[in-house]
Amino acid sequence: MPVIQYREALNQAMSEEMERDPSVFLMGEEVGHYQGAYKVSQGMLQRFGDKRVVDTPIVETGFAGVGVGAAMTGLRPIIEFMTFNFSLVAIDQVINNAAKILQMSGGQFKVPIVFRGAGGAAGQLGAQHSQSLESYYVHCPGLKVVMPSTPYDAKGLLKTAIRDDNPVVFIESELLYGSSGEVPDGEYLIPFGVADVKRVGEHCTIVAYSKMVGLAEAAADKLAAEGVSVEIVDPRTLRPLDLDTIVASVKKTGRCVVVQEGWPLCGMASELAFQIQEAAFSWLDAPVARVTNEDVSSPYAKNLEALVMPNPDKVIEAVRKVMYLDAPVADRGEA
Amino acid sequence: MAIQPPPPRPSPIAPDAPLAPATERKELLVRLYRQMLAIRRMEESCAKAYSQGKIGGFLHLIIGQEAVCTGSVAALQPEDYVVATYRDHGHCYAKGGSARAILAEMWGKKTGISRGLGGSMHLFDAAHNFLGGYGIVGGHVPLAAGVAFRNKYLGDKRVVLCFFGEGSASMGPFHEGMALAALWKLPIVFVCENNLYSMGTPLYRSLSIEDVSMKALAYGMARDRFDGHDVLAVRDRMAAAIERARELCEPTLVEVRTYRFRGHSMSDPAKYRTRDEVEEWQKRDPVSLARTRLSEELGATDEELKAIEASVRAEIEDAVKFADESPVADRYLDFNYAEDAARLDQSGETR
Repeated sequence: MPVIQYREALNQAMSEEMERDPSVFLMGEEVGHYQGAYKVSQGMLQRFGDKRVVDTPIVETGFAGVGVGAAMTGLRPIIEFMTFNFSLVAIDQVINNAAKILQMSGGQFKVPIVFRGAGGAAGQLGAQHSQSLESYYVHCPGLKVVMPSTPYDAKGLLKTAIRDDNPVVFIESELLYGSSGEVPDGEYLIPFGVADVKRVGEHCTIVAYSKMVGLAEAAADKLAAEGVSVEIVDPRTLRPLDLDTIVASVKKTGRCVVVQEGWPLCGMASELAFQIQEAAFSWLDAPVARVTNEDVSSPYAKNLEALVMPNPDKVIEAVRKVMYLDAPVADRGEA
Repeated sequence: MAIQPPPPRPSPIAPDAPLAPATERKELLVRLYRQMLAIRRMEESCAKAYSQGKIGGFLHLIIGQEAVCTGSVAALQPEDYVVATYRDHGHCYAKGGSARAILAEMWGKKTGISRGLGGSMHLFDAAHNFLGGYGIVGGHVPLAAGVAFRNKYLGDKRVVLCFFGEGSASMGPFHEGMALAALWKLPIVFVCENNLYSMGTPLYRSLSIEDVSMKALAYGMARDRFDGHDVLAVRDRMAAAIERARELCEPTLVEVRTYRFRGHSMSDPAKYRTRDEVEEWQKRDPVSLARTRLSEELGATDEELKAIEASVRAEIEDAVKFADESPVADRYLDFNYAEDAARLDQSGETR
């Protein structure tokens, strides 16, 4: 099976869908002549022309809104935010227009649009360029939110997103663009609302998505050396959420750690922890633990940024905590 | 020293297009007078229903401004699109929405034009390409530019009219929508309904230059500016801008001066302006102006005018009765996602 980069998988997904459907177009800053700020759209201008690969000035509200208007009248826009930090100046278009038009119109106008781009920290970019904003979007009914962790998932999920008749917020990761993985030749789709068990294990479930899956895997490797077997569940789509697969895993292991980049309050990890305890309270041998960013804006200095972010050691610590591995025997619930 | 604005530029497309023969003008004005009168009566019935508690939430009446939406939409083709603000009843009706469905919407009924989910501020009518009323000031301007992008992309020569008040003209989305429409030469007409007050704030306290059409200069966009009380004049001037969009694929920013006779919404007693001021503007009531012109210039008889007025009264009375008697809205979980709405459609349930 061919091994390609995450950014190439995204490029394949968009290019295949644009070949398939003339109503699909890509719009955003530097997507055309520059070949994509992160080279995701490399070669697409040459292949599809400037009618369908549309460079914009720096007007996020403007082109996000253009996408919504085009979507409600029959086109299928892919709107690229260079990073999701910049989606904040356009969030009115996403929340107040894209997400609400179907409902406000009593079902008359659907809005098939994809808002995609990079989310999360990417190495000393400072407070304004290092944010994980998925919970802003997951919060809002009418939107779907997708966060793929691998090239395979990225391609299959983006193709599904482009064909979906709803607004889809598709959050990638700057640090994953260069990561590689197996992606089969030819077409495949990954449905929304289907989690993927990235690693099968016995003792503890880690729920992680996007870049955090890699962290969870690093932690699981180290824990395996101690004889702790970890199961990693990647929900892949945060809305809709495949709670069944997550809960089945938690019922099997009895313990759960949720790993999420971004702030702890009202984050996806909090929501997952709530839903898991509601569905599997009697199966839990310990409270669900979270690993998230510290509750501060991201600092610039390398050492400080590292302190703020989740890392494999913090995940290991959380797993040990829910397994009472560092606690006295009396506290382990085994006595 | 303050920078003086340049003098207004004449419209590049002659606003004084040759007038149609008098019989055609009469026929047209009869149609537009009837529409304006229906909007007026519809709005009056809304005010009454609001006081009776049949309509809740915010209610923004268009009384006094009827000639702008009516005259503008009259210059469109049926397949053209309209995007409006929360003061949207007249626009929706002019574009083809039925008084029954519009009133039922405000009554919160299942038979409403948006199934009771939108309310006064969010009327939508897919059958007539009325793309909605929007409640975030200026937020719909880029959306309307997107509809124009679609028109150019598909090349089907449709035009978009985007309505907004002068209160939108300082908002970021307004400028971003204008910037893209001008840069990409999109077939759209931006129609500023300048009613002199953004809620309770008069022009001189909200805009450094009170002529909103001047904003077009920074974008190299064509502009026009005229009074909005004579519905035929509105129609003719708007036709020029619409033709520019359709034939040249270029946007225009049009400022139409108008005046609302009521407060910003039903909760606004409009204490920020004097009774004398309102009465002065009421002398230019667009509905009365059209009636006078019909009888004095175009030879409409009293019988003709009374017949129009009777038919409007019957239409609105019927619409109120329809709204009163319709069942309350019931569906609210079926429009979160398109697949839910599709499932409902397939179920064959009618409204």
